[in-house]
Amino acid sequence: MEVLIEFIYAVLIDPFLFMYDEPLYLLQVILEGVMAGIMYSLVALGFALIYKASGVFNFAQGIFVVLAALALVAFEQFDPNVQLAMSVALLALGGGLAYYRRSLRTNALITYAVVGFGGVVFSYFVAPIIMSLFLAIGFMILIAFATERIVLRPMVNQEQIIMFMATIGLFFFLEGFGETIFGGEVQAIPLEALGMERGFFEFFDGEVRLQQIDVTAAIVAVIMVVLLAFLFQYTTVGRALRAVADDHQAALSVGIPLNGMWVIVWSVAGVVALVAGIMWGASAGSVSFSLVVIALKALPVLILGGFTSIPGVIVGGFIIGIGEKVFEIFWDDVFPGTTEEWFAYVLALVVLLVRPPGLFGEKIIERV
Amino acid sequence: MLYREAGQFKTNYADDQAIFPIAQDRIFIALVLLAAYLVVPFVASEYWFEVILLPVLVLGLAALGLNVLTGYAGQISLGTGGFMAVGAYSTFKMATFFPDMNIIVIYLLSGLFAAIAGIIFGLPSLRIKGFYLAVATLAAQFFFEWLFQSVGWFTNYSSSRTIALSPKTLFGIDVAGPNTTPEVKYYIALTFFVLFAFLVKNLVRGRIGRQWMAIRDFDIAAEIIGIRPMRTKLMAFAVSSYIVGVAGSLYAFIILENAETEAFFLLQVSFPILFMIIVGGLGSVLGSFLGAAFVVMIPPIVKNAPDMVGIEVPSHVAEHIQFMVFGGAIVLFLILEPHGLARLWTIIKEKLRLWPFPY
Repeated sequence: MEVLIEFIYAVLIDPFLFMYDEPLYLLQVILEGVMAGIMYSLVALGFALIYKASGVFNFAQGIFVVLAALALVAFEQFDPNVQLAMSVALLALGGGLAYYRRSLRTNALITYAVVGFGGVVFSYFVAPIIMSLFLAIGFMILIAFATERIVLRPMVNQEQIIMFMATIGLFFFLEGFGETIFGGEVQAIPLEALGMERGFFEFFDGEVRLQQIDVTAAIVAVIMVVLLAFLFQYTTVGRALRAVADDHQAALSVGIPLNGMWVIVWSVAGVVALVAGIMWGASAGSVSFSLVVIALKALPVLILGGFTSIPGVIVGGFIIGIGEKVFEIFWDDVFPGTTEEWFAYVLALVVLLVRPPGLFGEKIIERV
Repeated sequence: MLYREAGQFKTNYADDQAIFPIAQDRIFIALVLLAAYLVVPFVASEYWFEVILLPVLVLGLAALGLNVLTGYAGQISLGTGGFMAVGAYSTFKMATFFPDMNIIVIYLLSGLFAAIAGIIFGLPSLRIKGFYLAVATLAAQFFFEWLFQSVGWFTNYSSSRTIALSPKTLFGIDVAGPNTTPEVKYYIALTFFVLFAFLVKNLVRGRIGRQWMAIRDFDIAAEIIGIRPMRTKLMAFAVSSYIVGVAGSLYAFIILENAETEAFFLLQVSFPILFMIIVGGLGSVLGSFLGAAFVVMIPPIVKNAPDMVGIEVPSHVAEHIQFMVFGGAIVLFLILEPHGLARLWTIIKEKLRLWPFPY
């Protein structure tokens, strides 16, 4: 009996006394949680995008993040001349393909060429890192293209769960593939070239500290969300994507190219993965294949926020980021060790029991 | 010619409802069992026991358990490793508390704890399904990983944080501990596998199995025709976790002998076992075995194949290739034959029926 009372005391009262005694420490923990939450949201965003547009839960998003970051590091180490040649080749390939497929008319092609080559030459002389970024994005688009062709297209109309398992297969394949071409070593993100600084913002006489990189990540995340919201709400492509998400057949019947849309959305998810990879790499100091587990951290964020909702992803990220940091630190006496690993899942589970579609998800309607 | 049921008349219901209604099937199963019990142990080498036979049987047993849940009842689970760990650690604790208890009984009892864990983490399945449920089972996986890693009581506060059984004998033969011969281990694993395979085979062709399949095919419709979803789903979770828990005990003490919590991690066991049932065939007892054989045999084949052709492959590259083959095989199977190896077996039987005169 006494043990039970002690346990209840340790769970329900002790942590709050601790918080009350150390308000600045609590603030620090919460700030760290917010930053971690933004990082989770960045990864979860890629999941939500793909799920919204193709109804596939892409388990391989975690490996996308790692591959994108590693590709950036690899391209950055190339000679600038080689990078220039590769960028030009990539631009020509993209333009040629688009023209051949009649997606670009002659006038648009000329604009594309002028802007594209101009940009590449500009970055060659001014900031070679832009070329590396461009190449890394190109690499992700190639992967998106291959995924759509090889994995998704033959599996149209399969059940969601089968598609999910296929992406687990994709995950394993890409992990082996990535380790073969990039090697298994830990790589450092080129921070200086990207214009990021390693340092701290300090408040309350240094009692509360914030990593500058985390702040950068937060700003980037906000910009990404605004851009994505703009893309989905105000462009033709976004409208088409929303249509595809609503109903594949109806979208096809009004002339929306389903496969093309999938390539676009997987490419966008690839770009999101690149940003997430850079930010995670910068925050952790390096990237390696052990980073793939962040896919597993993003999963409860997604579930909590509701699969299809982009604001939900952000809010879910905050809740889980703050929740797990606070729980880990203030409840350490009762639950020792790395509770971060399961806390998010149990939290998501509890939310699911109350609201099956997640906090911001659309209501699930089932008919017989 | 050889495989034809023409002329085998059933004159009563018992014959008609027999587990293997075709005489050739019965003979085939009997031959396979005879070979497994009487021939294999005498021809297999140590390498075969350690690398292929024991893993296939033990992981095949876990796959069988998962197949009950995912293949028959349609509830996807990514928490297999967690439930295996529950089985393994409860065996360990029981062996500490009751050192004289028969180890086989302990193995069988350990499944009960896993079944209880399964029922608790299966409760959300009443409200959520599909991916959401997969995530709920991931919660089980991560929770148990943490529990067994962080709470010292489960490992008897040993500094190495591993669990192992002290030597135990049964009828004068070593059945647990470091002195156990591979043959004895093989017999234990084989007997458990055969036992549970028959159990599951009988369960799924009876009332319970039909209820599971009805829930899997369309839960709402099943509910309307009078199947209670709560009982059916939780039953599936309990039976599945029981088998998985026993498999976990065998995995920890027969294959690993000195098990750490890391051995039960998501990527170590849960995903490979999920692949076993995808590759083998969802909703098929035979498929669990075939899938386990396939998945277990990939690593040795990828490792040894280049040597046979005469190409030198460094070991880390071989490991990457193994990953690629693994992933590629899954995608390929899902595209080409979503029903898995078990379906190929059925096709072979169909063809055999008409052979040699297909009409």
